[in-house]
Amino acid sequence: MMKKLNYRLVIFILATIFGIAFTIPSFLGKNPKVNLGLDLQGGMYLVLGVKGEEAVKNKIKTFASTIKYISQKKELFIDKLKIQGDKLSFELIDKDDAPKMDEELKQFKGVKITKKPENGSVIYEISLTPKAIQQTKEDALKQAIQTIRSRLDAFGLAEPSVTQQGKDKIVVELPGIKTEKEKRNIKKLISSAAHLELYLVDEEHKVTNPKEAAKYGDIMLPDKDNPKRMWLLKTPPVLDGSMITDATVGFTQKTNQPAIFFTLNSQGAAIFGDVTGKNVGKRLAIVVDNKVYSAPTIQERIGGGSGQITVGSTDEAHILAIALRSGSLPAPVVLLEQRSVGASLGADSIRKSMIALISGFIIVVIFMAWYYNLAGIIADIALITNLFLIIAIMALFGATLTLPGMAGIVLTVGMAVDANVIINERIRELIREGKPIKQAIEGGYKNAMSAILDANITTLIAAIALFAYGTGTIKGFAVTMAIGILASMLTAILGTHGIWQYLIDSGKKITPKHFGMKV
Amino acid sequence: MELFSQNKIYDFMGKRKIFISISLILIVLSLFSIFTKGFNWGIDFKGGIEVEVRFDKPVKIGEVRKYVSKEFKEAAITTFGSDREILIRLNVDKVSSDVQKDIGAEIKKLLKPLGNVEIRRVDIVGAKVGNELREKGLKALIFAIIGILIYVAIRFEWRFAVASVLALFHDTTIALGAVSFFHVEVNLDVLAAILTLMGYSLNDTIVVFDRIREQIIKSKIRDLALLINEAVSKTLSRTVLTSLTTFFVVLTLFLFGGEIIRPFSFTLLVGIIVGTYSSIFIASPLLIWLGFDIDDYRKKLLEKEKRRKEKEKMRQMYQGGVV
Repeated sequence: MMKKLNYRLVIFILATIFGIAFTIPSFLGKNPKVNLGLDLQGGMYLVLGVKGEEAVKNKIKTFASTIKYISQKKELFIDKLKIQGDKLSFELIDKDDAPKMDEELKQFKGVKITKKPENGSVIYEISLTPKAIQQTKEDALKQAIQTIRSRLDAFGLAEPSVTQQGKDKIVVELPGIKTEKEKRNIKKLISSAAHLELYLVDEEHKVTNPKEAAKYGDIMLPDKDNPKRMWLLKTPPVLDGSMITDATVGFTQKTNQPAIFFTLNSQGAAIFGDVTGKNVGKRLAIVVDNKVYSAPTIQERIGGGSGQITVGSTDEAHILAIALRSGSLPAPVVLLEQRSVGASLGADSIRKSMIALISGFIIVVIFMAWYYNLAGIIADIALITNLFLIIAIMALFGATLTLPGMAGIVLTVGMAVDANVIINERIRELIREGKPIKQAIEGGYKNAMSAILDANITTLIAAIALFAYGTGTIKGFAVTMAIGILASMLTAILGTHGIWQYLIDSGKKITPKHFGMKV
Repeated sequence: MELFSQNKIYDFMGKRKIFISISLILIVLSLFSIFTKGFNWGIDFKGGIEVEVRFDKPVKIGEVRKYVSKEFKEAAITTFGSDREILIRLNVDKVSSDVQKDIGAEIKKLLKPLGNVEIRRVDIVGAKVGNELREKGLKALIFAIIGILIYVAIRFEWRFAVASVLALFHDTTIALGAVSFFHVEVNLDVLAAILTLMGYSLNDTIVVFDRIREQIIKSKIRDLALLINEAVSKTLSRTVLTSLTTFFVVLTLFLFGGEIIRPFSFTLLVGIIVGTYSSIFIASPLLIWLGFDIDDYRKKLLEKEKRRKEKEKMRQMYQGGVV
C-alpha cells in the first residue's frame, strides 16, 4: 500500500493531521487556541483620545511650582508669577539676581527663555520649544498607555490589552468583563487623571468668579461633595502627585471614614514639611482631578512626608488608591469609541453563527455529493480539512475570531468548493471529448489551474485591502477569508488530486459515473 | 447529476442588448434610490450610540419609547430580532466624550419600570471616529479596485481589466442600491460584504475570461461574439454551481446568523445574484464594446505560447543531456 501513496496525498494527509491536531486545543480551551473576539466572548473595547496639549500645560504648571519653590529657598525674590496657556512669566525683582536665576533655570530642558529688563527688574518668559512640545505629547501618550496598563494590572483583570493607535489614541481591550458595575469601575479607573495637588487656601480674598480670582493669582475649584461650593486656592500648587511613592486604603482614626494614606518621596516630603511649617493655622486643600476633597487646617509642621485623603466609599478609595499608586495620567483622556458586548449576546452570536455554519456546511456537502457523486465526496473531504486548517492556522498565529470572521468561515465553505467545481467540470468536458478517465483527470487539473489561481488571487487582493484598512472585527473577517482561500488551494487542488491519484494507482476502476455524469 | 448540457452553445451575445438594458435600468433605479433615499448609515460611519437591550418578557415599542424619551428625546427605537430585544439609537450630539458616563446604566434605569432588562451591547462611536472609519473604508475600496485592475491587466489585457472593473461597478452599484432601497443599515460589516462581493464577482468573471482566453487559441471561431458564447456556455455549469453553493451558505447566514450580521448577509445575498448575472451576461459583452481585437490578441497569445514551448523544449533537452 505504501508504494501507492503519492506526494500529493502525503502532503494532504499531513495537512489534515496538522489541522485536526491544532484544532482540538481550541475546543478544549487549551493553548494554542483561537482567541475569541470581544464581540463573541463579551467584553469591552475602548478607543481613547489623549489630550496632549493638556500635558504641555501641566508641564508648565510644574515649572511654575518649581520656580516658586526655588525663589523661596534661594531667596531670589520674584513677583507676578503667571501662567498663560503654554507659557509662564514672572518678574525677578532684583536684576543682580539674574545670573543666579539663570543658573537655577538650567534644570528645565527644552525650554525657550526670554528676558526683558525693566526698571531694575527682569521679566522672564518661559515656554516650551516646538520640539519639546511634540516630545511632551508623545511622552504623554506613552505614559498614559503605561499608566492605564499598570492600573488594569493592579485591578487584577484577565488579559487586558492596551495599545497605541495612530499618534494620539489608545485602544483598550478588556475581554471577560461581565457585570455593569465592573464596567463602570473600570472606566473610572482608566480615565481618572488621578492628578493629586495640594494647594494653600486663600482666606484673605473674597471673589465671585474665576477672572477675579486670577487677579490675586488664585484659582477656583469646586468641592467634591458639594459642587456648588467653590474654594479659592493659591496657585501654583505646593505639591503634585508625581511625588507620591505609595497609596494605601485604610480608615481615619477619629471618624472611621475610608481614606487613602499616601507617602511622598524625599523631595516631596521636604516641600511638604517646609510648607506646613510655614503655614500653621492656615488651610491646605487636597485636590484630586480638580476637585477639593478636603481642606484641613494645618495644626503643626508635618514631617515624614505622608498624608491622607478621606473619600466617600471603600470602592472609591480602592480605585483612587490604585490610580494614585500607578501614577497620574499626564493628560486627560476622552472617549472616542466604545464597543461593549455582554457575555450572553456573545454566546448568542456564537450559537447563531455555528448554526449557520453547520447548516450551510451540510447543504454544501450533500449538494456536492449529489451533483458529483464520488468526485463530490472527495471535494467534501477537502472541505472538511479546509475548515480544520483555518482553525489550526488561526490558533497557531494567535489570530482573533470575530463575528464577521465566523461569517468569513461560513462564506469559505461556499467558495472553497469552487476550485473543485471548476476542476470537475473540466474533467467532465474531457471525458465527453472521449479521453480515457486517467488522462481526463490529469488534464482537468491542468486546465483548471489558471482560472483557479487568477480567481483566488483577486479575492485575496480584496481581503488584503480589507485587512490593511479595516478596523476591529472587520480585520478578523479579512484574516479568515485569506486563510480560507490559501488553505483551499492546498486542500481543493492538491488534496483531491492526491486522492484521485491514489485511487487510480490502487487499481480502482473509475467511470464517468464517479463524476456524476449520466452514462 | 448534470444541470446543463455541455455541448449546447447558448446565444448570450445575440441577446446582449436585452441584458444590458436590464442592467442599465437596475443601475439607474439603484442610483435613484441612493441619491434620493440615501443610506441608512449605522453608527460606525456617522457616529452615535447604540444600546441593545433584552427584556425578560415581550414589550411594546411604544412603551419603551415612552420611558427612553424621558431622558433622550431623539432616540430611535426598533425591535431587534424578537419582541424582547430592542435596539435604541441615540444621536451623535448626545455622545459624551466623557469616559465615565455610563449610557448603559442610564438606559437601564429608565427602562426599569418595564421589567427586568439586560443591557446586551453598548456601542459608542464619536463623530470624528465615524469620519475616520468612512475614510478608511473608502481607501479599502479604492485600493482593492486598483489592485484588481492591475492584476487583471497583467494577467490578461487591459480591456479585460476595464471590463471586469466595469462589471464590479455594476454589481456594487446594484447591491448598494438594494441596501439603500430596503433601508438596510450601512455599517462596517456591509463594507466588508461589498469588498467580498467584489472579490467574488470578479472570481466569476475571471473564470469566464480565462475560458475566453483559452478559446481564442483553441477554437477556430474568429467572431468574438460566437467565441464568447462558447466560453460562457462552457463555464455556465460551473458559474451556476458555485453561485448556488455560495448562495446556500449566505442564505443560512441570513436566516440563522442573527440580527447583528444581517446587513452583511443581506448585502452578500443580493451581491451573489447580481455578481453571477453580471459575469454571465454583462462582463463579456463589455469586451465587444471596448473594441477587443481577437486576431491581435491571438497573435500575442500564440507568440507567448511558442516562447513557453521553446523554453520547455530547451529545458527538456538540457535535462536530457545531464541525466
